Amino acid sequence: MDNAIVDTHDVGHEHHVSLPQHRHHFETAEQQREAGSFGMWLFLLTEIMFFGGMFFAYLLYRNWYYPAFAAASNQLNVPMGAANTAILITSGFFMALGVWAAEMRKRKFLVWMLVLTTVFGCAFIGVKYFEYKEKYELHHIPGNNFSVAMFVNPQSYPQYPDTYSEKPLAPDMAQKTQIFFFLYFAMTGMHAVHMIIGIVLLFWLTWRAYRGDFSSGYVAPIENFGLYWHFVDIVWLFLFPLLYLINRHPLH
Amino acid sequence: MADEIHSNIHTDAHDASNVTNPEHAQHHIVTPLQYCLVYATLLVGTAITVLAAYKDMGWANPVIALFIACFKACIVILFFMHAKYQSKLIKMTIGTGFFLFIVLISMTMTDYISRAWGAW
Repeated sequence: MDNAIVDTHDVGHEHHVSLPQHRHHFETAEQQREAGSFGMWLFLLTEIMFFGGMFFAYLLYRNWYYPAFAAASNQLNVPMGAANTAILITSGFFMALGVWAAEMRKRKFLVWMLVLTTVFGCAFIGVKYFEYKEKYELHHIPGNNFSVAMFVNPQSYPQYPDTYSEKPLAPDMAQKTQIFFFLYFAMTGMHAVHMIIGIVLLFWLTWRAYRGDFSSGYVAPIENFGLYWHFVDIVWLFLFPLLYLINRHPLH
Repeated sequence: MADEIHSNIHTDAHDASNVTNPEHAQHHIVTPLQYCLVYATLLVGTAITVLAAYKDMGWANPVIALFIACFKACIVILFFMHAKYQSKLIKMTIGTGFFLFIVLISMTMTDYISRAWGAW
C-alpha cells in the first residue's frame, strides 16, 4: 500500500484526533506528510535543473579550453576541498540523525543534532572563506584585477607544486582560465548561498525543536529540511571531483 | 505491510489513543545504524576518489571520479533522503527528475557535438 489515499478508506480515521498541524484538506496526517514530501522533491528537481545548467556549462567550456581548465583547476587546494567534503558529509550525517530523533520524539537529541549540523555547516563556509581568500590574493577572481601570471609563468610559483610542474600556457589560452574561475565562483558560490540559507533555516528549526514543536509526532519540517540539506550535500559531491580532482593528470 | 509498522513501536512517548502515529502508518524509520554505515561508506568513497585522482589513469580518471560521485549521490538519496522507503509516487518523481535532466544534457550535447561534425 504505497498510496496514502488508499489508507483513508480502511482506517476509520474518525477515531483519530488530528495533530494540531493537520490541515483540514488532508484526510490523514500521513497523506499530508506525503504531499509535503512530494512538494519538496518537486522543488529539489527544479534545483537539479538549476545546478545542472552550470554543470553543463562547465562541461562544454572544459572541452573548449581544456589546457586552461586543467591548469586553473590544478591550482585549487585539494586538501581543503577534501576536508570540506568530509565536513559536509558529517553535517549531513547529523541531519539524518536529527530526522531520526524527531521520529523518535527525542527532543534534546534532536536539538543537539541540529546544533551539530549547523556547526559543521558553518565550518564548511569557514574553509570556503580561506579558499576564496587565497584566490583573491592570487588575483584569480575574474574581472579587472584578474592575473594570468601564474599560468603563463608557473615557474615563478614554487610554493604551488601542482602549478609549478605545469607547462606554461600561451597568453591567449591563459586568459581562458578566467572562464574556469568564473564557473568556479558561480558554482561554489551558488552552493555556498544554499548553505547559508540552510544555516539560517537551521537556527529557526533548532529554536522550534527546542520549544518541542517536533517531538510530538510532527516531523515534516525537519524531514523536508533534511531533504534540502542532503541535496546541497549531493551538489558538493559532484562539485568536488569536477572542479578539484579530474584534471590532475590532463591528457596531452 | 506488517514489516513496516514500526512508527510507534520504538517510541517511548505516551500516545495511548494512538493519535499522532496511527498503526496504519506505513512510515519507515531508517535506523541510526544504517545512517552510520552510509556515513562510513561516504567517507571511504571520498578517500578513494582523492587517492584515485593522484594516480595517472589517463582518460579513466574523470570516469572513476564521476562514478564514485554518482555512487555516493545514490546512497545519499536512497538512505539519507529515505527514497528507498518512500511511496511509488515519490520514487517516480525522483526518477522523472533525473530522467529529464539526462534528456536535457543529451539534447544539448547532441547539438554541440554535431555543430562542427568531423572538424574536431
